[in-house]
Amino acid sequence: MSPRNTLLLKIRRVLFYMVLIFALVYTIFPVWWALVTSLKPPSEIAVTPVTYLPENPTLSSFQAVLRSSTFQAGLRNSMIVAAGATVLSLLLGSLAACALGRYRFRGRGLMMALILSMTMFPQIAVVGSLYRMISLSGLYNTQLALILTYLLTTLPFTVWVLSTFFRALPKELEESATVDGASPLQTFWLILLPLAMPGMITTGLLAMITSWNEYLFALSFTIDERARTVPVVVAQFRGASRFEIPWGEIMAGSLIATAPLLLIVFLFQRRIVAGLTSGAVKE
Amino acid sequence: MPRERRPLTLQARQARLAWIFLAPCLAVLLALGLYPLLVTFQLAFTNTHAFAPADTQWAGTANFTRLLSESDFREALRNTIFFTVVSVSLEFVLGLGIALLIDSEFRARNIARATILIPWALPTVVAARLWGWMFNDVFGVFNDLLVHRLGILSEPIAWTGTHGWAMASVIAVDVWKTTPFVALLLLAGLQVIPRGLYEAAQVDGAGPMRRFLFVTLPLLSPAILVALVFRTLDALRVFDVIWVMTQGSFGTETLGTYAYRQLFEYSRLGYGSAVCVVLFLLVALFVAGYVMVFRRWEGYR
Repeated sequence: MSPRNTLLLKIRRVLFYMVLIFALVYTIFPVWWALVTSLKPPSEIAVTPVTYLPENPTLSSFQAVLRSSTFQAGLRNSMIVAAGATVLSLLLGSLAACALGRYRFRGRGLMMALILSMTMFPQIAVVGSLYRMISLSGLYNTQLALILTYLLTTLPFTVWVLSTFFRALPKELEESATVDGASPLQTFWLILLPLAMPGMITTGLLAMITSWNEYLFALSFTIDERARTVPVVVAQFRGASRFEIPWGEIMAGSLIATAPLLLIVFLFQRRIVAGLTSGAVKE
Repeated sequence: MPRERRPLTLQARQARLAWIFLAPCLAVLLALGLYPLLVTFQLAFTNTHAFAPADTQWAGTANFTRLLSESDFREALRNTIFFTVVSVSLEFVLGLGIALLIDSEFRARNIARATILIPWALPTVVAARLWGWMFNDVFGVFNDLLVHRLGILSEPIAWTGTHGWAMASVIAVDVWKTTPFVALLLLAGLQVIPRGLYEAAQVDGAGPMRRFLFVTLPLLSPAILVALVFRTLDALRVFDVIWVMTQGSFGTETLGTYAYRQLFEYSRLGYGSAVCVVLFLLVALFVAGYVMVFRRWEGYR
């Protein structure tokens, strides 16, 4: 190879890594900046010029947030709501996905189209009507109201993604199970579902993340610590003082609200990406 | 002698089973999706105030004629379209760039892929708060960098408190938060393109630009369509980021925040529902438009 070509290659490599590093800094900086702020004592936060590292790092912001009963209630509500919505959408979703992925019947195409169109549903279009239904049924300000309404978002994509997993299973499974005398529900529960477990985990993670992050319904259908979830708490966090905005605590709260998600992302990166993109590549 | 019951054919049995399995899921989607949607459409033609169902009165198309004469609504509509076009375009260009970047072979590729997932995974509310702090006019890091460190600005800017900049700020947050989703969809699309096609094009004398335009882009079009559709729909109904950062003030009111304000702050259930109907139709219009454009494009190839 001529020296000119190797030089060009080197320049290309350097440029490539420069762009890559720029992209990663752009991605990470807001989170890193929140961490820096949350570790500063208040006296270092409200100062100009801005300091880029905490001089006297402290965990007091994190302690203050974790001690706050509003925040504790938010975390508890979020966990219950996310778990409830995830379990319910996996339960209902896997049955529906099995029907759409394994059985041939009239109206299947229509059902697939209906489910797909529901994945694009604008929640704002039903938030007023749902508010009325929830108030009339006495579910206002309950975790159950959120668990049920989150199904509107989580169920369609759970069914959509899971049905591709069910379709990919070998055709002979039901036949041999039927020969062995298993009922359809037994076949589903004992044979198909365990084999679709990777899909269940993927869609379960996506449903959990979606429910954890939801804001519009949580804002509209809850009023206080009984059911208010963490995004609403983080959005409304003003601190005890009326004059000073506690930026350190807001950043600490934001990071705590995000921590479970970051853990999930790093542990299950491949599964999440596979689930997110499964609709895009196969069509 | 009892008549022998004819066993159902395999197909009929399968069909019955399928509907039984589908029933719970359909019941939930009908009760929580389609029924409330119908109620919204119905309310849009009434003058219902507050959430008391008793005072409902038929109002014909009065809400819709009022919409058109309301300058706040027209502004929200304009802002929504502007927000959608600008943020989706930026997300597409940046997302494609990041996808091409990660598609090439390099060390730490997995770490890079996990890292770009971070903005996608965190709650939109958190993203809005993190950026709101960076945009802070007095203690924010952006003003510090631009005024004190780099000297690009002579005076700090109230990013989220000025017309124009406020819209730019919420767009910046939306782009940061959702570009990873676009990048991952496009990356998945890139990875199913057979490498042999690139080699064949190279043998035929196509340079990198021509390979990109005539091999990558056409084969990526299904993934591009999916990414654009999902992003456009999300952008049209944007609510979270704006509600947390500006509450719709300083020229950032969109149809989502406008509808929410009418419904929950002014209790105008009828009028607010009419706004929701317009938003719903706008979403449907965009989907139909995308599908038509891409059908035509596929036809040419």
